[in-house]
Amino acid sequence: MSTSVPLGPVIDTTVAPDAARKVGDLTPDLLLTQEHHMCPGCGEPLVLRSFLEALTELDVAQRSVAVLGIGCYTSFGMTMDVDLIQALHGRAPSVATGVKRMLPDSIVFTLQGDGDMVNEGLQEVIHTAARGENVTCILLNNGVFGETGGHMTATTVIGQRTKNSLEGRDAEYHGYPILIGDLLARLDGAAYVARGSVHNAGAVARTKKMIKRAFEIQRDGGGFTFVEVLTMCPTGWFIPTVDGPEYLHDTLGEVHVMGELKEGGRIKSTEELYAENVKRQHEIESRLAAGGLEEEA
Amino acid sequence: MTAQEQVLMEGSEAIALAAIAAGCRFFAGYPMTPFTEVLEHFAKHLPGVGGTCINAESELEAVGMAWGALATGARAATGSTGQGLSLMQESFSEITLAELPLVIFNMARGQQDYFQATRGGGHGDYRHIVLAPMDISEAVELTQLAFHLADRWRNPVLVYGDYLTAHTRQAVTIDRIDFGGVPDKTWALDGSTTGTRASKLVSPLGFGKHGHPNPGIEQHLRKISAKHREIEQTEVRVESGYLDDAETVIVAFGTPAKFVRYVVQQLRAEGERVGYVRPISLWPFPYAAVTEAAQTARTVAVFELCAGQMIDDVRLGALGTAPVVGIGGISTDGSGFGVGPLLDAEHVRARILAVHRGGAGAELPRLPDNERTTG
Repeated sequence: MSTSVPLGPVIDTTVAPDAARKVGDLTPDLLLTQEHHMCPGCGEPLVLRSFLEALTELDVAQRSVAVLGIGCYTSFGMTMDVDLIQALHGRAPSVATGVKRMLPDSIVFTLQGDGDMVNEGLQEVIHTAARGENVTCILLNNGVFGETGGHMTATTVIGQRTKNSLEGRDAEYHGYPILIGDLLARLDGAAYVARGSVHNAGAVARTKKMIKRAFEIQRDGGGFTFVEVLTMCPTGWFIPTVDGPEYLHDTLGEVHVMGELKEGGRIKSTEELYAENVKRQHEIESRLAAGGLEEEA
Repeated sequence: MTAQEQVLMEGSEAIALAAIAAGCRFFAGYPMTPFTEVLEHFAKHLPGVGGTCINAESELEAVGMAWGALATGARAATGSTGQGLSLMQESFSEITLAELPLVIFNMARGQQDYFQATRGGGHGDYRHIVLAPMDISEAVELTQLAFHLADRWRNPVLVYGDYLTAHTRQAVTIDRIDFGGVPDKTWALDGSTTGTRASKLVSPLGFGKHGHPNPGIEQHLRKISAKHREIEQTEVRVESGYLDDAETVIVAFGTPAKFVRYVVQQLRAEGERVGYVRPISLWPFPYAAVTEAAQTARTVAVFELCAGQMIDDVRLGALGTAPVVGIGGISTDGSGFGVGPLLDAEHVRARILAVHRGGAGAELPRLPDNERTTG
């Protein structure tokens, strides 16, 4: 799945927009400041925006509780205008469980990285899914420990260079990556499992829809929901900032394939998702050739 | 159950019912002998009062679930035996720093967890209030006190019991005990302040939300440390007896303390000048009571069912004014879970008499072996 064509709406920049918009106009209501503490090129703030907008659009903000893991995104705890519990590394799903059992009408979600969720806390998320706990776990997956400076995690793909796999991840020496979404989709308690990405505008829009869908299912008491989002970490990948989206798409995106892995009781394989994405790409290209896109697919 | 009605009840059930009487509505745990029955009784009784009990996938998740429930303002607890509590230590440290009122039950394998309870196996400058009942009726009272103190101080409280606390039966009354008011839980969150520019944050890290007071980790840790100094001044609980003219003072806590107290009463009736100090709070430790007792005693003896842990605190209390000697020891049943043969009034008496007659250097009777060793 290789593409250089943007997967989103094409903005005509040859003419001036009707009205000038300022950054503040686009700031989500649930952000306390426009500042964040992330490196240039980080993909995590895009996910922050996505789930904050989803909470507002679904009108569930004032019954929402977030549980944060430990990673770069922990600093979102200072800027999110959301009732929030700071958990230990890996332990957010059980904390979310305790909250949800006491407040069944609330919308409870965790925000965790791949090191937090898939390394340190793997059994937490698996059991929370297996119990069908009515919470949403959001995974920010960049394939490295960004906060410690670019070390291998359980989702680092084969061949990926990290500080402790300098020649690239070698299956024989380092073992294989865990495709956490695929793992969780097979559990009966998991109602919805999706994998998004933020490597381009179309992917961001699609990811936001996934997060909204997960919150809707939780709101309706549907069971455990899970949205994994592939995010850029040029600092932790040791690549130029501008190369982040393409590296994400070509490296992690080839293994952790984007799409809805489980929806309405149906589980999709990596191959199915891959084929769907190729088909989607062809459709977009043909529509672009025919005169452009009004909205993203 | 009507008021004042006494019911013959296993300790683990009495503890669960006492916790529920105190308002506990959430419990999560993982089975482990001799704690398992406490979990069983929470599972049996909590749903009936609208509460939740989760049989967690491990101790790590059990304490995490309690953490989440506590953050909503609910009274919540977890527990295990010392081995299981070892797995929870990281969370205990951070829950203390997040100032959440967790109640922890340790149905310990003997008294080997004194260091774990009072010093902790976790990281950082944290302290837990530790209450050690000597029998089931006191466990009913101290369980309820634990929830009160946890809320009063926004600090974890651990109830230290053992195999006998959990597995023997005693006639008890379980009525809610009124210990007075506790501060409103204005910090508890339920999602309703999301989007108000005054959303809440329950965190051990000492940072605040953007635009709000943000003391930073250093000031946060100092504040908690100051709170712990205040607890040391106000929450010491101790029972003592026959200290006025005691030549030998025996210090013991928990179930063994009841044996020691019985033997001391017997020896007093026979004219022996012995007395006892029973720490009820292990932290804060009743140093002052030990200091006072050591002023007039010839020997201070510590009876504990382990290699010698509380003896360190007794020495700190005695301040060198009297020799402090351990007269307990390791004694378990064949499984390692239950009660060893040393916990017998005759053995306790023989060891107290040995130091009472022979002083700190006296040779103690040989430790009795359990049935597995003796075959």
